[in-house]
Amino acid sequence: MLRLPLFEFRAPRTIAESARILNGEGGNAMVVAGGTDLLPNMKRRQQAPGMLVSLRNVPGLRDIQFGEAGCRLGACLTLTEIAQEPRFRGGSSSLWQAAAQVATPPIRNMATLGGNICLDTRCNYYNQSYEWRKAIDFCIKKDGTRCWVAPSSRKCVAVSSTDTAPALIALGARVRLVSHSGEREVLLSDLYNNDGIDYLTRRPDEIVTEVLVDALQGWRSTYWKLRRRGSFDFPVLSVAAAVKTVKDGIVEGAQIVIGSAASRPLMAMQAANFLMGRTLSNEVIDETAGLAFRIAKPLDNTDFDMTWRKRVTGEFVKYALRELRGDDMRAERISLTRQAFHPSV
Amino acid sequence: MPIAPEESKKTAQIKLVLNGEEMDVAFAPYKTLLEVLREDLWHTGTKHGCELGECGACAVLVNGKPVLSCLLLALECGGTNVTTVEGLGVNGELHPLQDAFADLGAAQCGYCTPGILVTMKALLDSSANPTRDMIREALSGNLCRCTGYLQIFEAVESAVLNIAEAKKQASAA
Amino acid sequence: MTTPEKKDKAEDLRVIGTARRRVDARAKVTGQTRFADDIALPRMAFCKLLRSPHAHARIRNINFSRALAHPGVYLVLTGKDLRIRYGVLPVSQDEQALCLDHVRHVGDPVAAVVAREELTALNALDLIDVDYEILPTISNPEEALATPTPRIHEYGDEGNIHKRVSLQFGDVEASFAESDEVFEDTFFYQGNTHLPIEQHAAVATRDPDGKLTIWSSTQTPHYLHRALARVLRMPAGHIRVIATPNGGGFGGKSDPFHHEIVISRAALILDRPVKIGLTREEVFYCHRGRHPVLMKFRTGVKKDGTITGMHLQTLIDGGAYGSYGVASTLYTGALQTTTYHIPRYKFQGCRTFTNKPPCGPKRGHGTVQPRFGQEVQIDKIAEKLNMDPAEFRLKNAVKPNSLTANFLELGTVGLPECIRQVVKVSGWNEKFRKLPEGRGVGLACSCYLTGAGLPINANAMPHSGVQLKLDRGGGVTLYCGTSEIGQGSDDVLAAIVAEVLGIDTFDIRVYTGDTDLGPVDLGSYSSRVTIMAGNAALQAAERVKSLLAEAVGIKLSVPTEQLRFADHYVYDVGATARRMSFRDAICLAESKFGTLGTVGSYTPPKSAALFPGGGVGPSPTYSYSAAVVEVEVSPETGWLTVSKVWIAHDIGRALNPPLARGQVEGSVYMGLGEALMEEMEYRRLPKKFSHALVHKFPSILEYKSPTSLDMPEIETVLVENPDPRGPFGAKEVGQGPLLPIIPAVANAVYDAVGVRVDESPVTPEKIVKALAEKKAGRAPRYGPKHFPAVNWGFTLFVPPPWEGGDGYALSDIRSAAHRAG
Repeated sequence: MLRLPLFEFRAPRTIAESARILNGEGGNAMVVAGGTDLLPNMKRRQQAPGMLVSLRNVPGLRDIQFGEAGCRLGACLTLTEIAQEPRFRGGSSSLWQAAAQVATPPIRNMATLGGNICLDTRCNYYNQSYEWRKAIDFCIKKDGTRCWVAPSSRKCVAVSSTDTAPALIALGARVRLVSHSGEREVLLSDLYNNDGIDYLTRRPDEIVTEVLVDALQGWRSTYWKLRRRGSFDFPVLSVAAAVKTVKDGIVEGAQIVIGSAASRPLMAMQAANFLMGRTLSNEVIDETAGLAFRIAKPLDNTDFDMTWRKRVTGEFVKYALRELRGDDMRAERISLTRQAFHPSV
Repeated sequence: MPIAPEESKKTAQIKLVLNGEEMDVAFAPYKTLLEVLREDLWHTGTKHGCELGECGACAVLVNGKPVLSCLLLALECGGTNVTTVEGLGVNGELHPLQDAFADLGAAQCGYCTPGILVTMKALLDSSANPTRDMIREALSGNLCRCTGYLQIFEAVESAVLNIAEAKKQASAA
Repeated sequence: MTTPEKKDKAEDLRVIGTARRRVDARAKVTGQTRFADDIALPRMAFCKLLRSPHAHARIRNINFSRALAHPGVYLVLTGKDLRIRYGVLPVSQDEQALCLDHVRHVGDPVAAVVAREELTALNALDLIDVDYEILPTISNPEEALATPTPRIHEYGDEGNIHKRVSLQFGDVEASFAESDEVFEDTFFYQGNTHLPIEQHAAVATRDPDGKLTIWSSTQTPHYLHRALARVLRMPAGHIRVIATPNGGGFGGKSDPFHHEIVISRAALILDRPVKIGLTREEVFYCHRGRHPVLMKFRTGVKKDGTITGMHLQTLIDGGAYGSYGVASTLYTGALQTTTYHIPRYKFQGCRTFTNKPPCGPKRGHGTVQPRFGQEVQIDKIAEKLNMDPAEFRLKNAVKPNSLTANFLELGTVGLPECIRQVVKVSGWNEKFRKLPEGRGVGLACSCYLTGAGLPINANAMPHSGVQLKLDRGGGVTLYCGTSEIGQGSDDVLAAIVAEVLGIDTFDIRVYTGDTDLGPVDLGSYSSRVTIMAGNAALQAAERVKSLLAEAVGIKLSVPTEQLRFADHYVYDVGATARRMSFRDAICLAESKFGTLGTVGSYTPPKSAALFPGGGVGPSPTYSYSAAVVEVEVSPETGWLTVSKVWIAHDIGRALNPPLARGQVEGSVYMGLGEALMEEMEYRRLPKKFSHALVHKFPSILEYKSPTSLDMPEIETVLVENPDPRGPFGAKEVGQGPLLPIIPAVANAVYDAVGVRVDESPVTPEKIVKALAEKKAGRAPRYGPKHFPAVNWGFTLFVPPPWEGGDGYALSDIRSAAHRAG
């Protein structure tokens, strides 16, 4: 049986106390919420915090508030709670669709929104046991010096594998970060670096406490996830798209985010800008997909062949935009994800 | 012989309700709920196939919800209500799910069965008449290598009917 | 599930053929089945193994003094403590419980630590210093052929070739010359693994009297028993092996394993129980799964679709050890002749060693790979001849009770009925080549052994034995060496005895898998338990029944042949009121004969295949299957979805229909996994930086096993035509239904989008590549392009039965041809 290494354990009752512990411990402590990412990593000795700071007893982190201006989501809401929230099932459904497709039902009962946003980047050479990594003399992300995906790279290219972040970035979400020295709010898209090791702009002493999404009148959003099986698997490519259209279907606002094709979710700015002022005709969708396709640079460090993953990027952008146009995409969804995940509109 | 630094010193202690019974258990603080159930509480009905959250064999109910006991620190389970396969039957009578699984070939090797049974119990507790698609979805975190799942779906559907029938008879009586 | 023809009701079977709760079901649904890892004994210590991080290396030195000094550590073992080699086959005694001086794959065990806690043992592994001398690695058979040295093993047919076979049954080239067309196709079948959800585990203890007992999740307690006696130099009689119910086996727990031997040694030294539970990654390193096989088929046909001859070559990636590999090699060529009549047949097989975990037997052992190639090639042939593939197969189907070119004796043959059934229920005639672009159907057939006809260790003793004990309270206790791996073997034995004695399966206590208690059964492999242990149980039950009948007949004044055993009574079929309870019958018989107990045993019939290599393939009888798979394929992405599977299986008789259906569906499931996503992938790192050769991702997350959401509906038809060789007519069902699934998927993809993927698994990437070939006007195909040159050595010539053959090779002095000069 795989066993966790030894660690000290703290279960503070307030955010302030949690922040104070993190501050005192320097890099030695890590926050644990759902544990579904951290504990496997600890069992494989990829991460070895000397102390775990549990957020389970901190009140308020599982609150969900909807108001005029938008909604505030506690970082410790489970993905099941997000996926079951009826207010995410309308036209802007990307968050629901993303949360509902993470891993498996029991994992979604444990895993939290904050945890999924901060999910460690993944790589075929990294998410392995200590013994396996020893057999390759380790890698740049942990204990080694070389990136085995791109041996000439001086940077780690581990893949951003969060489902919810692309979906939330497409909605323009922000996150609140709290530390001993204060708190700040950043755009979720600014939380990420395109670096497999230093993938978050969050400091180790900061805690993600909330996700904030502004009210999005007139916006529709959707999330498409590529993986081998109907459950369990991390995304090896995802597309989140959001559009706001005015009458006659003219696009007034658009976001396209590509997940799992780099060490951070990628904003397909050019593709999104191209949509502005146009209608979602087949020609426009094809052109947009071509622009988004260009920025995806999947590498050989996940399941599936990388050239094929890149090819699918374009198709997924088309699927997403066709769905936002109002096409019935249930057959494609069922074929790809084994479930409909159809917005109830 | 001296004690290794990593050795269990049973320094942690929690109270929890296990299958309706209040339990007090001491354990090594690095252990997950899976290890404490199997090694410290001698409830070996809960199985494990990877200890990384990749198979679902270790599923148990915590406060009624299916979770993976291999990814849950036992330290965090104080005060919770845990249900394992050992807690499904009542007074020596099998739960209708257990009867259906036994009769309809839903358990072949039986190794994934405990995790699947508790997961399906949670489904039936929250939804009296689930569709095949709902069963399929709820089961999608539990790998089975023997059955191909179809006889499991059928057993759950059969249990649903039996539970409904029993309720009808109880209310008629 | 449908059953096409109702069985003869005159048989009046009460237990056999009825849907029943299996005897071990209650234990399984209550979590009370005691798997190996559930066993905990007082004073139990824990073992962890240090494994090689190198794919190929010499061990220069091991220093474990720091580990031994670590607090909580009881014992460290190395190869010096377990020097004797072992292996499941007598011809491949090439494993060491801990490598002495040579490691052959990443994960090869090098040292063992036994400690008070598992975590302590794990941490102490890091305190063992091993000095390795790195050796060049071999990653596939082509490299093995090109790299005779350094040798991975010091034995084998040549260089890094483990086993070479070349057999010819009639002059195939002459047949080809007379054919209207000879088709030549190469295929590659990727390796994959069993992935039982239960990881291997075992507990060993020194009994109070000094003997050894080991509980282990093993399919083959008898072979473990032999290996332990050999390596530990102990009389087998002083070793007790108890096979705990396996949490899935599928062939992966059929070898004696290093961890079992290591903890046995440790328990003997420490005089306390020692447990080991492998991690999932370690299970991948035990492997023994499906061999990757490159195949070349040449098949001659007449214009009317008659097959004239076949020449098959297989190049097999064996991994680092022998395991069952010699048998696997022969199996890649053994059963090509058992589905369609092939008048002349040539088979050449070559298994090489590579620096990867050893391959071995997985469900359908060695026959799945060539069945894929053969059934896809038939689809191509039928298309070229403008014949319906179902018609082509029906036309060439073998005849019951016939001999094949390679001297396999067929029993009942349900193949034509399976084809007709599956064509009917799938709506084949309305779908094949008629569905819209992107949707398609494919058909394939197969055949499998009902038990290996020859024992692994040559001897004339029975392959299976059953002992029955009857007690005065009416209870029956059954003892047998079989291993219950989830397939329902305990229930099979109980059902047969219950049927004969007219009682319920619940009245029978079944003790299996314990070498101290039960007579030998060779193990749960080759689909042998139902026919072999089942026939042994039948014989034991009939023997005790005759004792009871004799006693009751005298008492009731009824001729014994007029007595019937049913519903817990022995009664006169002419006057059913004249009866005696089963319990009273036991007391009566015990008064007359003394303590009641009988034994039964089973030895398969002698094989007609007398040539070298003829030991693999013979079986008392064979099962048949036919499947139709319907798929949807996206022409843009190649995304492949199996929408439905129809399968008909010739089972002889279903002893417990829900269990039989479960075996069919489980086989279809595993077949779909192999067809669509499962593969054992390895990778080298860039050679200028690293010598590493590792499994790409040894985890249950990245080894893709279909989930409940990935599983299509299956319609199962059990074709029941009882075979007199099986107990109550039963044949196998646990493996055969896997085989047609993989080629049926590939054939359906062709029907859907017009491209051939001649390689497993059939993935979207490969479909897209084949579609690109098609678009470019080249052969619409993805698959291997060539078969390397292999020095096959001397070819044994065996004339087929219809050319005067007597089963011996021509060169054999025992052959009629030889005697005739």
